[in-house]
Amino acid sequence: MSQDFRLDNIGMVNRNKKISFTFNGKKYFGYEGDTIASALIANGVHLVGRSFKYHRPRGFFGVGVDEPYAILQLERNNERDPNIRATEQEIFEGLEVKSVNCWPSVNFDIGAINNFLKMFFPAGFYYKTFMWPPSFWYKIYEPFIRMAAGFGEASIKHDKERYEHKYEYCDLLITGSGPSGLASAYAAAKNGARVILAEDKPRYGGSLLTSDVNIGNQTGAEWSEKIITELKSMSNVIVKNRSQVFGYYDHNMLVMSERISDHLPKTQKYLPKQRLWYIRAKEVLISSGSIERPLVFGNNDTPGVMLSSAAKEYMKVYGVLVGKKPLIFTNNDSGYETAIEFKKNGVNPIILDTRKKPSSDIITEAKNLGIEIKYSYVVVAAKGYKKVKSADIAKISDNKKDLSNIENIECDCICVSGFWTPSIHLASQSGNKSEFNEKIDAFIPKKSKQKENTIGSANGKFTLEETINEAFNKGYEVSNKITENNNKVSIPTVVEKKSSEHDKFWCVPLPKGKSYKRFLDFQNDVAVTDIELALREGFRSIEHVKRYTTLGMATDQGKTSNLNGLQLVSDIENKVVPQVGHTTFRPPYTPVSIGAIVGREVGKHSKPTRKSPMHEWHEKNNAVFVDAGVWLRPRYYKQGNETLFEASKREAKNVRKNVGVCDVTTLGKIDVKGPDAAEFLNRVYTNAWLKLPVGKARYGVMLREDGIVMDDGTTTRISENHYHMTTTTAQAANVLSHLEYYLQLVWPELNVNVVSTTEQWAGAAIAGPNSRALLMKLFPNTDVSNEALPFMGYKEADLFGIPAKIYRISFSGELAYEVNVESDYGNFMWEKIIEVGKELKIQPYGTEALSTLRIEMGHVAGSELDGRTIPHDASLEGLVSKKKDFIGKRSLSRSAFTKPDREKIVGVVPLDKTTSIPEGSYIVKDPKAKLPNPKLGHVSASCWSVEYDNPFSLAIIKDGKNMIGQKLFAMSPLKNKTIPVEIVSSHYVDPEGKRVRA
Amino acid sequence: MLYIFCPHCGSRSQNEFAYGGDATVKRPELNKEISDQEWNNFVYLRKSPRGKHLELWHHISGCRQWIKVERDTSTHEIFKTYKADELTE
Ligand SMILES: [Zn+2]
Repeated sequence: MSQDFRLDNIGMVNRNKKISFTFNGKKYFGYEGDTIASALIANGVHLVGRSFKYHRPRGFFGVGVDEPYAILQLERNNERDPNIRATEQEIFEGLEVKSVNCWPSVNFDIGAINNFLKMFFPAGFYYKTFMWPPSFWYKIYEPFIRMAAGFGEASIKHDKERYEHKYEYCDLLITGSGPSGLASAYAAAKNGARVILAEDKPRYGGSLLTSDVNIGNQTGAEWSEKIITELKSMSNVIVKNRSQVFGYYDHNMLVMSERISDHLPKTQKYLPKQRLWYIRAKEVLISSGSIERPLVFGNNDTPGVMLSSAAKEYMKVYGVLVGKKPLIFTNNDSGYETAIEFKKNGVNPIILDTRKKPSSDIITEAKNLGIEIKYSYVVVAAKGYKKVKSADIAKISDNKKDLSNIENIECDCICVSGFWTPSIHLASQSGNKSEFNEKIDAFIPKKSKQKENTIGSANGKFTLEETINEAFNKGYEVSNKITENNNKVSIPTVVEKKSSEHDKFWCVPLPKGKSYKRFLDFQNDVAVTDIELALREGFRSIEHVKRYTTLGMATDQGKTSNLNGLQLVSDIENKVVPQVGHTTFRPPYTPVSIGAIVGREVGKHSKPTRKSPMHEWHEKNNAVFVDAGVWLRPRYYKQGNETLFEASKREAKNVRKNVGVCDVTTLGKIDVKGPDAAEFLNRVYTNAWLKLPVGKARYGVMLREDGIVMDDGTTTRISENHYHMTTTTAQAANVLSHLEYYLQLVWPELNVNVVSTTEQWAGAAIAGPNSRALLMKLFPNTDVSNEALPFMGYKEADLFGIPAKIYRISFSGELAYEVNVESDYGNFMWEKIIEVGKELKIQPYGTEALSTLRIEMGHVAGSELDGRTIPHDASLEGLVSKKKDFIGKRSLSRSAFTKPDREKIVGVVPLDKTTSIPEGSYIVKDPKAKLPNPKLGHVSASCWSVEYDNPFSLAIIKDGKNMIGQKLFAMSPLKNKTIPVEIVSSHYVDPEGKRVRA
Repeated sequence: MLYIFCPHCGSRSQNEFAYGGDATVKRPELNKEISDQEWNNFVYLRKSPRGKHLELWHHISGCRQWIKVERDTSTHEIFKTYKADELTE
């Protein structure tokens, strides 16, 4: 297809570079610098989609972020991107886009039948039509709504593109590079401030690119080119295009999304697709400009009806005509500027002005050019289904209530201008309460809430002279607060045409006997009748009206619809707009891709990975890893075709029979030092610590103030004032914060310091009957006999020239030791242990075997200390001192914690000795009892006992102490299992604890 | 995201800190006989004021000091920050 609507001598696209792309499978040509919208319009294509609710034909309405219609689905580089605004996406060679909301095609759409069933889709139809009968919801209503709704399809593939995050600080962030943005950036940069200037479009200059003005002795476009070039050359300025500041958060943190590669066929090497900037700015100047408001009339959603400023921009920036027989419908002078541009490009427009006798420089110019102007005229309704073919126009009475002289005139587009709405979104997000300005019939920001100022047309300044003066002054003033350089640049003179006042008229009444749909929200299909209905049904608050009708709730956040909606509500309610107020603006200002929000934190980068110094050895020896918090730990070491069950059983058995070694580097380690360290530990742990001798370890339990167990572990007295505390892997960080809290805030008089040493030590647990024999080989010069190094003893020793620490502690219940060396020697230690242990039949064991060993011993861990249990519940009451006070002690005397039938840990064995009990199962008396079956407690951990070769579980059940010997049932509704069980002691293996002391 | 002035490190982003709750809570002294009611107030009862609130923040990814921050809970304005042992106004 040829570009029939392309103008030859105007525009900023690169005519030397022709680009082909496909739209709905058909090939088109455009030029480098075109958007999908401009390229399609150049080819005469206006039908690009179907509307959300009624599936009415949709064309282009705007030329930028405000676009409510032209939302497309894009394919690029085998990736799928939904929710792409055709007015923003630039074309590149090979681009593929298609329409959304239409099936089977945009030209023939079955959903359009909704248009004829509109009685089923009134305001609030979500809450009405689909409510009854309830049984229809899942099978009929929901699938129907899902098929009909949404803007495109998200990809279900893994996104291979890279997205980045960047943190930046600046003195001054300026959002938008129109006249106010450029002028303030220039003034501030010249005054030495560190400036970031962000522009969402590819080209800088905003309205200067399309308006007929002069600054100094240059045209607006030339001046903007000069300023931006100079700004780019300054080292204290960052200038970014294709970058949308979409969110204004607390303490002047703003977030900007930069589309780095979206306009290229492929993301370039070493570049991300998009980059999210977190910018902490000392000051912010919001120069986001304003968006033209539509006028409301019959069928105003027909393709070919668009904003007059958009029509002008398509001509001046892209060299594209939106139509060859344009009708301009305006209530202010902006429509005239568009008409003049049409005329200059050889097209004859007709202007319909709602005003009776306006006069200004611009109007005079239009008249002198011979443009036909009809005063006190309106468009009653657009005619044509897939494209405007003609319009019913009429004369409107002075009170704007009555229509006369209705006639039909031919046209192929209707360019509307209902005056301008400042984009106050960012100011509003910052907490700035806006106020209604009668002069411009729109809201502007009020007093600054954070360090922000709004300038230019975003602040309701609609003449260039005002804008430039305000921007230069603000740029200087704000920057000087920071730099105090007092370097003020002179403000250039501005030449522009004076315009006359706009007409407050915005909505054309319906002619008698006609019921044209007059749309307010083009993206969510909200018409005048929907708002009227909502008000008739009693909705009053604008927030409620918004949610009931979905006005302004689409992805365009009502950029073109909000104000007209408010006007309508206030007209019906006989109020003025400020009384009605406006709904809250929330980030993001424009849709942001999930990829940009997530950044690089995907897959294995979604959290840091901590590895022990022995990690490579584990890898080489077929370890299968498991996530333990952010640590990677060997779960088991696979031999041949072993399953997890087989391998863990083999490893656990070997510990019970010979000797095993387990990497325990991940355990939290905290150094506690200072003259008051013993006293501090005595307050932190439930048991007594004042008399622990040097060279001895002790097991301790710490509580939260509410009496719940926080963590457990052993702490060893290394020297007089130095203790080595261990915590569970999971609680390491919390315990450190907890200790710091008490030392810094509660008992600052204690002379104690704590520091994490987890990363400093590599640890190996050596467990099993052969462990002492192994130690004797590892430390031939150290006496490791039961007398010299008894249970809970500690020794420093020499491991083939490396200083090592030996703690005789046991989690497995076997004779066991934990050897620590400095992390860098971790692998050396591990290899020595394996090498020397070979003849003692050593095998490494992973977390699965570790669990088995501790469960059958009845040692509690995270699954029992789950944030709900007190020491009693875990059978740790023997460690609770009656004599001294400690953190959380007072809570233990609460009545709920002293009930005689309080839950307690027990062991559970299936009667058939073969069926494993799923973790999380309920323990019940009668499996056939009426639901909800009263539960006695739950199974916290299960294993296959290697000692007795049958399943064994731990459970925490009511009155556990007195339940031992009872026959009960374990029920797992999830696994649909009911297993007869016997309750036994939680200490299933070696209940007297002989082995650890052997 | 808040920008919190740590009296030890300077202004840092909120994501370096952990929130620590009401800074005016005073733990009952050790070994002191107190009623269930008093203990309950200490462990569970917190005011949740709208407006000025003195609260604890822990600079976990910085100096690891607990600090006191006077913040407006509705506007997030931070008026002043204090070291743990500093007397608040
Ligand atoms: Zn700090």
